[in-house]
Amino acid sequence: MAASGGTIDKRWLDTAWGGLLWGLMAIFVVNIGLMIAAVATSSFARRWLGTWLPEGWTTTWYTAAWKEFQLGDVLWVTVEVVFAVVFLALVIGVPAAYTLARRNFIGKRALMLLFLLPLMVPPITYGIPLATVLYKVHLAGTIWGVILANLIPAAPFVILVMTPFIEQIDANLESAARVFGASTLRMFWHVLVPLLAPGILAASLLVLVRTIALFELTFLTAGPDSQTLVVALYYAVFAAGVRAPQSVDAMAMIYMAVTLVWLLIALRFVNPTQLVSRVKEHPRAA
Amino acid sequence: MAAAAPPLARAPFDRALWLVVPAAAFMVLLFVYPFLYGLFLSFEPKEALTADNYRRFFSDERLWPTIWTTLRLALPATVLNVFVALPIAYKMRTRSRYQRFVTTVLVIPITLGTVLIAEGMLTYFGPRGWLSQFLQFFHLYDGPIRLTHNYWGVLISLVISGFPFAFLLILSYITGIDPVLARAAATLGANPTAQFRHIYLPLLAPGLAMCFCLAFVQAFSVFPSAVLLGAPAGPTRVISIAAYEAAFEQYDYSLASAIAMIMGFVQLIIVAAVLALRNVFYRGPVVGGKG
Repeated sequence: MAASGGTIDKRWLDTAWGGLLWGLMAIFVVNIGLMIAAVATSSFARRWLGTWLPEGWTTTWYTAAWKEFQLGDVLWVTVEVVFAVVFLALVIGVPAAYTLARRNFIGKRALMLLFLLPLMVPPITYGIPLATVLYKVHLAGTIWGVILANLIPAAPFVILVMTPFIEQIDANLESAARVFGASTLRMFWHVLVPLLAPGILAASLLVLVRTIALFELTFLTAGPDSQTLVVALYYAVFAAGVRAPQSVDAMAMIYMAVTLVWLLIALRFVNPTQLVSRVKEHPRAA
Repeated sequence: MAAAAPPLARAPFDRALWLVVPAAAFMVLLFVYPFLYGLFLSFEPKEALTADNYRRFFSDERLWPTIWTTLRLALPATVLNVFVALPIAYKMRTRSRYQRFVTTVLVIPITLGTVLIAEGMLTYFGPRGWLSQFLQFFHLYDGPIRLTHNYWGVLISLVISGFPFAFLLILSYITGIDPVLARAAATLGANPTAQFRHIYLPLLAPGLAMCFCLAFVQAFSVFPSAVLLGAPAGPTRVISIAAYEAAFEQYDYSLASAIAMIMGFVQLIIVAAVLALRNVFYRGPVVGGKG
């Protein structure tokens, strides 16, 4: 009797526990959804003061936001910065990841640490000294300063995503190419790049999504002509009293649309967990 | 001469190592050098090397309490995020449609970024937002709702951006643990609680410590939401605001660098404490249970 009573209690407890977890999750997700919906509603609202839904609907806030915040220029800067960062991060990161995946050498662990540190230190800590240095060499405030600053977390991220990816490619394929007399360059181009293509695609999409959202480094290094979308949004919210809240919300929606398009593309090719992980905390033992 | 030597007589310099040089040079130039430059600058408010900036930081009523303010936000947020994410991630460790759906939904707040979350929260949690209307409509809470422009606003925003991050990270660690181990334990009579306690938890300890550190680092550097959602003049004047003001409002790069260094140092202490704590719980190889 006591035993069966115990199991029933336990089963009830399990259900309650499961329900609690699902409940927490549901509250979280529903509130996030409503939060986004609130911004969307406000961006289309003619006037919205303390009622469930606005009094009327309009799309004028989008055109207003577009003009007020010079979103055309801002979007173009964002595109330039993001694609330059992705391209340069791949050019720097993929070869380095190859060597780290294939070779063992003295100082490899130190090198891994060097690539891990920027991902573990908050951007503000190195962003402020970096901005100081960039001001000294007159790069701060220019688009190049922003690109360089954004590369600091992007390049190590490519390395950390690509290293395990390269490790799983059979090294014998490279040896075979060598046996048939391929030079390093040809081997890289004809054997490795095709095999690496899925990994490179994943890495570039991940870097792209992360760079669009990265605020601090751009904020610290950007000038008036080199703001990306997220920094422009920050200033818009910061000076919210000056402008109609709907216009800021319209801008937020534009920012969200830009991010979500790329996120959806990215999620077709990568697992969501890859956005935060694949940071291999311990280099493989030599 | 070098070409004449037989190739196998001594190991030639491995040319593949050149591939790592651009990346290493880049990191040294743009990460290590600015860091060291900032470190020196922080000791040089004037011509000579002094610790004036640090003395000033710890004696100024507007500066040193920022450490405490930041910790008061970052620690609860991190603890909450990690320890709520752990059971939920554990529940979703098996591959399923739910897992795909939940991970996809949760990735959205991460990619939207803190600034957008702040704007959304101002609209949604504000005194006339939907949440407040909902609570008043159902008479759940009739008083005014103050969830923005104070401590709670910033804390909530840290949970919104930090929880998905912690969840996805822990999930990736949990799915890396071979479920065969848990099944083996089950054949020996271990119930789910015991499996978690004796199989998963020890194998997860390094990952959890890592996750805690990364989540803490994010929460500790809170900046946009502390400005937009908090009360940046008072209760949520976090350390990054102090650093920013020193650098870009007073143009005192030396003091700003000092604050950045202090920030890094405080964070290092917390990370070291967490890793030490991990060693108390877990000693052994750090590779997940696939060996």
